[in-house]
Amino acid sequence: MTESARAPEQRGALDLAGLRRRRWTGDLAFRAILSALTVAITVVLGLMMIESFISASPVYQKFGIIGFVTGSEWAPSFTIYGAWPFIYGTLVTSFLGLLIAVPISVLIALLLTDLAPARLRGPLGIAVDLLAAVPSVVYGLWGLLVLVPAMRPLEQGIAGTLGRVVPFFGPPTPGSSYFAAGVILAIMIVPIVSAVTREVFASTPRIQREAVLALGGTRWDVARTVTLPIGRAGLLAAVVLGLGRAIGETIAVTLVIGNSDNIGKSIFSPGFTLASVIANEFNEATETLHPEALIALGTVLLVVSVIVNAVAIGIRNRFTGGSRSGF
Amino acid sequence: MTIRSVRQKVTASPAPNEAEAVAIQVPVGEPSASAAGGAALGDVAITVRDLSAWYGARRVIRDVSMDIRSNAITAIIGPSGSGKSTLLRCLDRMHEVVPGARSSGKVAYQGVDIYDPEIEPAAVRRTIGMVFQQPNPFPTMSIYDNVAAPARFNGLVKGKAAQDELVERCLRQAALWDEVRDKLGHGGTSLSGGQQQRLCIARTLALQPKVLLMDEPCSALDPVATLQIEQLMSNLKSEYTIVIVTHNMQQASRVSDITAFFNMGPDRAGYLVELDDTRTLFTNPKNQLTEDYVSGRFG
Repeated sequence: MTESARAPEQRGALDLAGLRRRRWTGDLAFRAILSALTVAITVVLGLMMIESFISASPVYQKFGIIGFVTGSEWAPSFTIYGAWPFIYGTLVTSFLGLLIAVPISVLIALLLTDLAPARLRGPLGIAVDLLAAVPSVVYGLWGLLVLVPAMRPLEQGIAGTLGRVVPFFGPPTPGSSYFAAGVILAIMIVPIVSAVTREVFASTPRIQREAVLALGGTRWDVARTVTLPIGRAGLLAAVVLGLGRAIGETIAVTLVIGNSDNIGKSIFSPGFTLASVIANEFNEATETLHPEALIALGTVLLVVSVIVNAVAIGIRNRFTGGSRSGF
Repeated sequence: MTIRSVRQKVTASPAPNEAEAVAIQVPVGEPSASAAGGAALGDVAITVRDLSAWYGARRVIRDVSMDIRSNAITAIIGPSGSGKSTLLRCLDRMHEVVPGARSSGKVAYQGVDIYDPEIEPAAVRRTIGMVFQQPNPFPTMSIYDNVAAPARFNGLVKGKAAQDELVERCLRQAALWDEVRDKLGHGGTSLSGGQQQRLCIARTLALQPKVLLMDEPCSALDPVATLQIEQLMSNLKSEYTIVIVTHNMQQASRVSDITAFFNMGPDRAGYLVELDDTRTLFTNPKNQLTEDYVSGRFG
């Protein structure tokens, strides 16, 4: 034991000169390239922020940053610009999307790793991956032409019952709405979230799965005692990834959200998200300060993304603190 | 088929093919006079007949027939690739959980064919418990929950008091209670390697199995922890049938009553060379290969 522990140490001492030389060539070049790339990413991000801030500065001068962000009215013909309706739309649609997509994605991932018969897992996995490759405009058109009409009875049902008590679910239900956008977003992020989650679940150590099986556990016991607890950090990372996609998604949302500058009281009202209002209005932004206000919305979108991701990472770290140590 | 009905089946059919088993039994010396200290060996607990196993197209064990006696420690030794672990995994149907793995032949516990399609693998694994090479406590669970887990999988105990009692009894049996009684809520992976392995043994004992399969349980442990596990096995022998795979011939000769020597054949599949009571196999083997192996000439 002691012999074998000491021997490599001595060899290490002899080889030290050689190691140091290699470090100067390969290691250092590699490190330099990586450092340059890291710095470049940060610099590009910083320049983007600065440039869009300068371009939009007339808006901030007129309304103030806080005033712009919290302003709930957006009326270009009267030169009134407030970002809140779109921040609201982005948050509502993204969280609705996550609410629907995450449970479905977790179930799909569990199905593909633990629950489904082994010979079905391959084909099912490919089918889910293919969903991720469908262009978003296709989802948007399908949502507009098929999903929105199909969901009308459901929306009317909710609005007619729950909606009588809770205004958030109240009528009217014109079709294109926050709700439609949330559902489309859910369908769009299920593939990415389930693909990442499946990778996380599939990397559960075999020895842990076998421990459950050898103790007379079922596949469901494997999922609940080993796969889910060990994979929860990775699962939250997948959720963050899905959230990022939901916040930034533009075309599909623009097609089904109804494009209204006002804050809809109900989830079934038409609205706008930050990304969709920029895409929809930038081409025709001829009013005073209108282009500048849209650029400012871009900055807000970036900040919202950063804040939401930071919160999600914070939650993930709190979830995983301690329990994974020693593993 | 539920676990309970399998249990009934196991107990209700007292080895219908006992006569057959005895007739084609691999000789194990003279059971009454042989094994260590002259202790009488129990009846045949597990019969293995013409067992072969594959991973995909590759055959890893070929036509193994052997009897495993109850209340004795059977050691399986042999060089790498001789199919020792695969054989062990076939005894509690863990072999088949690896994708592409299959087996043929017969394995019977107390006369009941464990590969009968009527029998649920989980019920087999509950009766025939397994301890792995690497200690594998559940990393997200406390010490207490690790030991209670199998009871929860199988609905073995009702109520908190019964569960507390089960956890304490199994930890005591595994000689771990005194070390962990004040920190049952700590994570299972906070223990040392040897403690983790004893925790895994306690967890397997919580199944209340009849047979303990141990796949090189000490290979990841230091000598002190190894000794503790070996003592533990000797203590458990009176209540359990134990089968241990080991790389370590000294360990086999120290702890086991019966030793089976496996080797890798020319087709790269493992086969049983010789099975005898441990002292005979190590001192007076019948097969030249066994003699070469136990005297350290290969493997």
